[in-house]
Amino acid sequence: MLNHCRALDLTDDKGFLCGKTLADLGADVIKIERPGGDPSRGIGGFWHDTPDPEKSLYWFAYNSNKRGITLNIESAEGREIFKKLVRTADFVIESFPPGYMERLGLDYSSLSGINKGIIMASITPFGTEEPYRDYKDSDIVVMGMSGTLYQTGETDGPPVHISTPQACLHAGLDAAVGVMIAYHYREMTGEGQHVDVSMQQSAAWFQANAVPTWELMERNLKRSGAFRAGMSKDVGQRQVWPCRDGYVFFNVIGGRTGAKSLSALVEWMNEDGGATDFLLNMDWDNFDMFTVTKEEMDSISEPVGEFFRSHTRQELLAGAVPRGVSIGPLSSMEDLLNDECLRERNFWKEIEHPELGASLTYPREFVKSTETDCSTRFRAPLIGEHNAEVYNKIGLSQQELTELKEAGII
Amino acid sequence: MDIDKREGVFSGLTILAFCWAVVGPLTMKFFADHGAKVIRVETRKRPCTMRSSAPYKDNIPNYNKGGYFNYYNSNILSLSLNMDTPEAREIAKKLAVECDVFMENYTPGVIEKWGLGYDELKKIRPDIIMLRQSGYGSWGPYAKLPAFGMVLVPIAGLPNFIGWPDKEPLPVGVSAYTDCISPRFATATLIAALDYRRKTGKGQLLDLSQFETALYFIAPAILDYVVNDREPERIGNSSPNAAPHGVYPCRGDDRWCTIAVSSDEEWAGLCREMDRPEYIDDPRFKKFADRKQNEDELNRLVGEWTTTLVAEEVMERLQSAGIPAGVVKNTADVYNDPQLNKRNIYWPMEHSEMGMFTHLGQSFQLSKTPSQAYSPSPLLGEHTEYICTKLLGMSDEEFIDLMQKGVFE
Repeated sequence: MLNHCRALDLTDDKGFLCGKTLADLGADVIKIERPGGDPSRGIGGFWHDTPDPEKSLYWFAYNSNKRGITLNIESAEGREIFKKLVRTADFVIESFPPGYMERLGLDYSSLSGINKGIIMASITPFGTEEPYRDYKDSDIVVMGMSGTLYQTGETDGPPVHISTPQACLHAGLDAAVGVMIAYHYREMTGEGQHVDVSMQQSAAWFQANAVPTWELMERNLKRSGAFRAGMSKDVGQRQVWPCRDGYVFFNVIGGRTGAKSLSALVEWMNEDGGATDFLLNMDWDNFDMFTVTKEEMDSISEPVGEFFRSHTRQELLAGAVPRGVSIGPLSSMEDLLNDECLRERNFWKEIEHPELGASLTYPREFVKSTETDCSTRFRAPLIGEHNAEVYNKIGLSQQELTELKEAGII
Repeated sequence: MDIDKREGVFSGLTILAFCWAVVGPLTMKFFADHGAKVIRVETRKRPCTMRSSAPYKDNIPNYNKGGYFNYYNSNILSLSLNMDTPEAREIAKKLAVECDVFMENYTPGVIEKWGLGYDELKKIRPDIIMLRQSGYGSWGPYAKLPAFGMVLVPIAGLPNFIGWPDKEPLPVGVSAYTDCISPRFATATLIAALDYRRKTGKGQLLDLSQFETALYFIAPAILDYVVNDREPERIGNSSPNAAPHGVYPCRGDDRWCTIAVSSDEEWAGLCREMDRPEYIDDPRFKKFADRKQNEDELNRLVGEWTTTLVAEEVMERLQSAGIPAGVVKNTADVYNDPQLNKRNIYWPMEHSEMGMFTHLGQSFQLSKTPSQAYSPSPLLGEHTEYICTKLLGMSDEEFIDLMQKGVFE
């Protein structure tokens, strides 16, 4: 859909997903790295556990469908080349510290002087305002400042972090949305603009019902571990249940939201010989998790827990689908690769890495369009892989490229 | 403010939405916050589950007083239609023809039942753009399985990354965490589809699965399995690349501060702040590998220091020394966060049933066309008359007649 658009992607891991999203929608996204490669290529894991800037799985995951060039924008000559590229581009995406692009004379107002329609997205840890503008980040720090961390973990223990980085993904996606809104405006007016994304804000944006709960009840939603938060204060309501080969997530919910699913589970348990009279006679339509007693909860949890313990993740998912029971077995990575639904929807795709002599399985696409193919088409770029083809197009000769390389500019 | 006078990037754009829970409103918001007319179809017969979710204003259960619903639906228009009646289905079809986009996230099968499937709508509006975002996609073996975020989080594998090695995996504390993922992919795609239609005249069907989009949030781990046959392990608050790295107790009740030290320089800085310069060259902690090897002891010593201070002081002192650290903010802290408030993450607006109430605002800033708080979340059916008479040009008699037939229930 965006085949006529070009993005210059200067981001490190704070912003990869922005360019990736635009690239999957068809844009020509050119990753611009410093000569020698971006430091984010050092993020593990690695192909066969071999640390190597050309083997970072993190890099692979979020930079497919992008081309790659090297350029030292800190040198005067590099900046001139960058400006030439900006003339050919629709979007510039960057995640340098606040003020960095301005010091180089490459901030939005400078770039819009070269290309009025340019849309620039800046992703920073906390935004460009005080007091946190220059604060140093790390995913755990940003997730802590956003509210998500406080609410995750066991009630009587410390907050627990999601150990695979998240804030950069929220921010990268927001940048993609912002760029597209700005693009819609540009198509009507010819004018570009600046999109300012803060990782803290992007991660804080969705907090379920925590904010209204604070405002209306002056209650901070607390960590509740394997139990469900925000329901009856006195009766624990289990959400994480052990099953035969792992864990399954299930919420006991009555009323309009959950009665159908809960009745279907009880019926299933009955076929299995595990439903108690208490469960069979329960009026789930009028069952309320806010007023449930401990005795009632125990009478539910014991047989339900026993049922889960006697089944595997796979059995539980296979049984839940036709019956319409809302349960979530915790998928391992292997489960995901073998998942029936993902397979049938053709979600996985083999992408070739010729230099590794291998094809790797990637998520194919985040959207299925009846008009255009949004698939992952090719692997992430090697360092400077597309220097020649990109720079030749803006009029640099092979001779000049050799000189620029010797001067450490590309 | 007059609905027809809303200015913004999407002013002039109309979206018809049949949506449920949070994924719908978060998608609608991006358009409504920039001036689009977003018509959300609801019914008193079966109000959105968010309308019947606590907390309520003054603790009174009422579908116009729900905090959860009203937090997420500002700028959106509410049209009440009882889709069990043939008249309501006709109105929906008329609107689908008039609107630029048809958006829905019901369990697949529901809109088809009403004659609003893509093939049907395409007949009456050949260039229609339809966006679908159900739990598992609009087709496939799980399509008909009712889905919600609390179940999608584990199915998408996220709890594998949360918890301690010797304990059970945990859910993300912000329940239905996956709800905020697919709306952003969907919005970027939908704007691209509008551009595509402008250029080619062609509409399309866009099918997103909340399950599939959530997998983009664990993509590196999927590759680690594909390549190295490794399943993720729960590692608490530690990191393979930093030590100390974690959540440390501070003075006060349930107060914590994060610290993430990823270089020897940062470690030296932390030692100076702790007033323990002797740790800098302590063989147990000198290099990253040493600190990683003695991580339990390291965390104990850092924690001994942090417990003597309030979390804000730990953060400010370490940040002044260039070390990543931050208060673990509870909701009250986030609500009052100076940075987030300057960046308009919240929109306090007067709501006729809630009084002054904080609505969710923007997640990023646009320099020339900022998002705007045009109107508080709608009462159920608040804009029914406006939409039928002003947008569809229905006469007052016809409107009253339909109302008496229960079409707008």
